[in-house]
Amino acid sequence: MTEKIPKSLEEIPAEVIETDLLIVGGGNAGCFAAIEAKTKNPSLRVTIMEKAHISRSGATAAGMDAINTYLRTDKGETPEGLVKWSRAQVGGGPIREDLALSNAKILNETVDMLEEWGLPFLKDEEGHKQLRGRFDVSIHGEQLKPIMAEKAMEMGAQVFNRVAATNLLMDGDRCVGAIGFGVRDGKLYVFRAKATIVSTGGACGIYKSPTTDYSSAHHQTWMSPFNVGTGYAMGIRGGAEMSSLEQRWVATRTKDFSGPVDTLSVAFGCMIINAKGEKVMQVRYADKGGDKAARFYRLTAPMTEWLEGRGPTYIDTTVLTPEAAHELKEDLLNERPSFVLFLASRGHDITKEPVEIYGSDPYIVGGHTGSGYWVDIKRMTTVSGLFAAGETAGGNPNKFVGGCGAEGRLAARGALEYLEKVKLPPLDTKQVEKEKERVFAPLLRGPEYDGVTGIEMEERMQRLMDEYAGGIHQFYRMNEERLDHALKNLKMLKDQTKYLYAKDLHGLMNVHEVIDRLDVAEVLVHHLKYRKETRWPGWQTRMDYPEIDPKLDCFVESSRDPKSGEIKMFTRPYEQIIPGDRTKP
Amino acid sequence: MPPKTDKEKCDSCKAEKETLCEQICPGDLMTLGEDKKAFCRMPRDCWDCMSCVKACPKSALETRMPYQLGYHVARLIPMMGTNTITWTCIDINGKVERFHYKNRGSDE
Repeated sequence: MTEKIPKSLEEIPAEVIETDLLIVGGGNAGCFAAIEAKTKNPSLRVTIMEKAHISRSGATAAGMDAINTYLRTDKGETPEGLVKWSRAQVGGGPIREDLALSNAKILNETVDMLEEWGLPFLKDEEGHKQLRGRFDVSIHGEQLKPIMAEKAMEMGAQVFNRVAATNLLMDGDRCVGAIGFGVRDGKLYVFRAKATIVSTGGACGIYKSPTTDYSSAHHQTWMSPFNVGTGYAMGIRGGAEMSSLEQRWVATRTKDFSGPVDTLSVAFGCMIINAKGEKVMQVRYADKGGDKAARFYRLTAPMTEWLEGRGPTYIDTTVLTPEAAHELKEDLLNERPSFVLFLASRGHDITKEPVEIYGSDPYIVGGHTGSGYWVDIKRMTTVSGLFAAGETAGGNPNKFVGGCGAEGRLAARGALEYLEKVKLPPLDTKQVEKEKERVFAPLLRGPEYDGVTGIEMEERMQRLMDEYAGGIHQFYRMNEERLDHALKNLKMLKDQTKYLYAKDLHGLMNVHEVIDRLDVAEVLVHHLKYRKETRWPGWQTRMDYPEIDPKLDCFVESSRDPKSGEIKMFTRPYEQIIPGDRTKP
Repeated sequence: MPPKTDKEKCDSCKAEKETLCEQICPGDLMTLGEDKKAFCRMPRDCWDCMSCVKACPKSALETRMPYQLGYHVARLIPMMGTNTITWTCIDINGKVERFHYKNRGSDE
């Protein structure tokens, strides 16, 4: 489409929207937050700011094949049991057991809502949701995202599609909304809100993906590549406290084309094997729990096989009958349909040949690990008026779809309570003008400008992080000197963002995506430097500190001074609420 | 790898202000070319979520494997029904596999 590129700031129109509750990011957590807010108070003005189109945005755009956390109470499962399991999955934590428990208590009713709205759940012979693992239930989730989006709209949430958030709107230390720009209409959008929930998802694309070098498919990533960490970046710039960013999430995926492996293959009885045909988890990780070992061991395992000369590694799909293989592909179609196409493009009969697996690039995703905003039990961040939910909120790993939805609801409850007590201050036009200039400057540099594109800087950053801050090509390993090198060059890159330019609005979005990723990357490296131990091999592997340091059995925290840009690191203590051995589920 | 457009079939969703694939693409990647046919403006940035393929009313879009990753030519075609989806997968040897199930409502 030919779009008109403005020549000056004056040509760019601004739209100011006043609302009660602003939700930044209409994914899973954002939709549930909107629905909860409108359920509790139908007259409340609820506005969703959405970078893409709400029907297919966020991590679940392609669908899902399971809801990975649901409590089969008929089998004796309890919220406490789920928290224990979650804690063990991250090697005993630390995790925020207060957050995890409050989430678990409303988990089932949240998942049941999806069924009520029309999401098909597979049932067992007794009519219960069909288990695929201890807490996983099977769905036909191709329509998961449209179903959630339709419900949010039906409840009366006002949705602004194609508006990319760029910064929080602040009144002193308090958040009073957010600012962004229209990716299609080129307008500046100012949302003034009594309370704001940030639910933009996690950060993908901080690191180079393994397929980048040898193919024209740069986005063979596990997480949606359009989730770039904007929610974290806005908070970092606003001085919010971030928690546990060093607990990165790295997934075991199918090699060459990022397809699902972990819970899916376990459910189908397809075990990890090495080049010699040995069952890796059972042979080498029996003491860690074998096939049920913590998630990072199930990542480290295949990669260690490669390093020690026993690669390639596979999931053994040859145990499948043709019927089971068909069923497995059906699950794949619900979550990662193009992986079925990949198999077809190799003429690969999975019942005859196993499927090769490999590690992914690392991600910052608070719905899976503990990374994200530090929040209180009401899900308010350390910035007054700003709440966080889903992948964006930290401390509470293994939330996945059901848990992120539950947390969206809890954040909405917290926000509703908060906004009753506050009034909107007058609009700070100086702040808006300053942000307008920051946002649109890369678009106004003129046709002959000699600078840097968003994509160029993104690739520079991804290679830097990959090689010096523990990416896949370095088998996730890092040391102090490499992290220092990363930090030095991240500073250079951040300084060079003044040379970024865009020729159209899509390019402008790319520019802001890399600016946001850089802000997340810098804080991430500080976190990785602070944890001078190896607590979660693969997720966080320090070659210079290979053991666990008991003194670091705590949360590593950061906050960036909004004025000086200085990043302060500190810790918070871990509090055990659920008794028992933390490493046992 | 991004969808390939069948230019015979794509009618640029005549009645719509924006084509359905433009409306839906999570990456803001689908757009109209000067020939008024939909195309992916940055093929490298596609996530292969197939949202555009499912949304296309003319079945004009088809996700393809990049050759660096898979051989020529395999196909995967979703057909959206009322509360159902039917997938047809054809591998490089011409073997056809079909999947049909409910995507809305009770899965009985």
